[in-house]
Amino acid sequence: MNDGSSDPEQLGERRTPFGEVWQVFRRDRLAMTGLVALAVLVVCALLGKLLTEWWVVIDPATVRLPDKLRPPLSGPSEVIGAERLPEFGFYLFGTDDLGRSVFARMLQGSFVSLTIGLVSVGISVGIGVLLGGIAGYYGERKFLFVRIDAWIMRFTDVALCFPTFFLILTVVALLPPSIFNIMIVIGVTSWMGTARFIRAEFLSLRERDFVLAARALGLPSWRLIFRHMVPNALSPVFVSATIDVARAVLTESALSFLGFGVQPPYATWGNILADGRAFLFDAPWLFLIPGSAILLIVLAFNLVGEGLREAMNPKLRRARA
Amino acid sequence: MSGPLLEIEELSVSFPSDAGALPAVRSVGFAIAPGQTVALVGESGSGKSVTALAAMGLLPPSTRVSGSVRFEGRELLRLAPSELRKVRGGSIAMVFQEPMTSLNPVLRIGRQIEEVLALHRGFDAVRARAEAIELLGHVGIASPERRVDQYPHELSGGMKQRVMLAMAVAGRPKLLIADEPTTALDVTIQAQILKLLRTLCREQNMALLLITHDFGIVAHFAEQVNVMYGGKIVERAPVVPLFASPSHPYTRALLAAMPRAELGRARLEAIPGRVPALDQMPAGCPFAPRCKLAFDRCVEMPPLSRVLGDSTGQHVACWAVETETT
Repeated sequence: MNDGSSDPEQLGERRTPFGEVWQVFRRDRLAMTGLVALAVLVVCALLGKLLTEWWVVIDPATVRLPDKLRPPLSGPSEVIGAERLPEFGFYLFGTDDLGRSVFARMLQGSFVSLTIGLVSVGISVGIGVLLGGIAGYYGERKFLFVRIDAWIMRFTDVALCFPTFFLILTVVALLPPSIFNIMIVIGVTSWMGTARFIRAEFLSLRERDFVLAARALGLPSWRLIFRHMVPNALSPVFVSATIDVARAVLTESALSFLGFGVQPPYATWGNILADGRAFLFDAPWLFLIPGSAILLIVLAFNLVGEGLREAMNPKLRRARA
Repeated sequence: MSGPLLEIEELSVSFPSDAGALPAVRSVGFAIAPGQTVALVGESGSGKSVTALAAMGLLPPSTRVSGSVRFEGRELLRLAPSELRKVRGGSIAMVFQEPMTSLNPVLRIGRQIEEVLALHRGFDAVRARAEAIELLGHVGIASPERRVDQYPHELSGGMKQRVMLAMAVAGRPKLLIADEPTTALDVTIQAQILKLLRTLCREQNMALLLITHDFGIVAHFAEQVNVMYGGKIVERAPVVPLFASPSHPYTRALLAAMPRAELGRARLEAIPGRVPALDQMPAGCPFAPRCKLAFDRCVEMPPLSRVLGDSTGQHVACWAVETETT
């Protein structure tokens, strides 16, 4: 009994796979910056939801016509009554053409942008894992004389051929423009990358010894797929999903900008930007602020995605260490 | 109870390819009695592992398998998938050659053992965890209550093979198939794992099908030995007569190729040539191209398995031996 199992003192520090990724990720300064920025954005989004809708302290819908197009950091004029005063006593981000506080509207919009990003990517990863998993695991079997793998992957290729944005525009034009429809439409049109990743991982995982060993122990297929194979295939998906969130945020902003997104009076970063374009020279903060916010969130998600890619890939990891 | 636990008859396996079907296993048959240890010996590529995988129904669906594999009288080759799953892990368990890659890297080892306990013995989470710790201790892993929460990469090769054994016996199988269980391990750990294997078999009265190419292991463990070559069983005998008087030229050559202390610095015998590729199987005896005793008939016709006359229970498939004895 002496293959190193004898001495309990030698067990050393407990390290989970997650812990190892975190160790590398923590040392990546850019990625950490991205993560901190994301954390701030998430806090903003939650506060925004809380303070503008449930416990209304900051009302983004308050119209103050005398104070229209005030620049950032300017105070309210005397005619504004106490009940319509801005959040900190002055307009942090200025006001728009109806005198609404841009700060309040940005706060409300942050929740929309973030949830649309996360939920739509959740939907696309779900569809991608399911289709990619079936193609990778059951691919050899035939359906109507053609391999299941071929059916699913050719369908993926077809889906990839559509110009996604115009497809979304068409669907949104036909459906009532609600936040849920937009999440679903973005999710349903962006699963192809995930499906390809998962299929490729499954093709190699299927041949691995532990999958054979698990089959030899009599585990049913669904358990094999979802408990043993999917967790092993998830790391590239994780990386691409973070970057996809950024893309979904961008798509939503573009839709709102075009007027197909979330409808006013509900504020989103896209429609603040859209409203601001009429006052490009008179009130540049109206497009600079939401524009920078979109830039920031997209950049943050991309940095985190890049950091995860390096932390989860053992080869890149060794090069860094 | 009488009758064998596992009975394989006329088992043939062929893999489809562009050049036609490639026969990997050809008309193999043997039986294992309850609690018995049977060895399947042969070089790499002789079809040992494929035989075991075919019996468990673990080959890819494109493979053509024919013949019969009966476990406790039930035909495994024609069993419904859901029934077959109950047999796998529950009645027949398998341990593989590579402990390094046979455990799922992202699941804690305890979870992997608990999964088998939940599946085949219907344990709830609390009982399964207690039993998993118990099993880990039983296979000789120190401080099992801490190891149970570790990931495979935190264990050494020997420990991983112990975990594999714990998983294999977790379902209380009646037959354990060990496919070269010690090939990937250090010599010192090999001995420990083999000892553990024997203890586990004795305790649970578990039959063992030991697949190996190491005659040393065979001599220590097996009661019955099947020597495989080119997808066929060329010699079958109880262990004592096999080592005392090996009959088939291949068995003799293999035994002569074993290093022995009493030979000192004498040059080790080697078998010239190598195992024929699947698409170049000779029409006659598969060993004929490498056999010293081969003559015309060996090349033309495959020899049938005959019982040797001296009541030792030796079966040999060889024309040369047949002409010698008659």
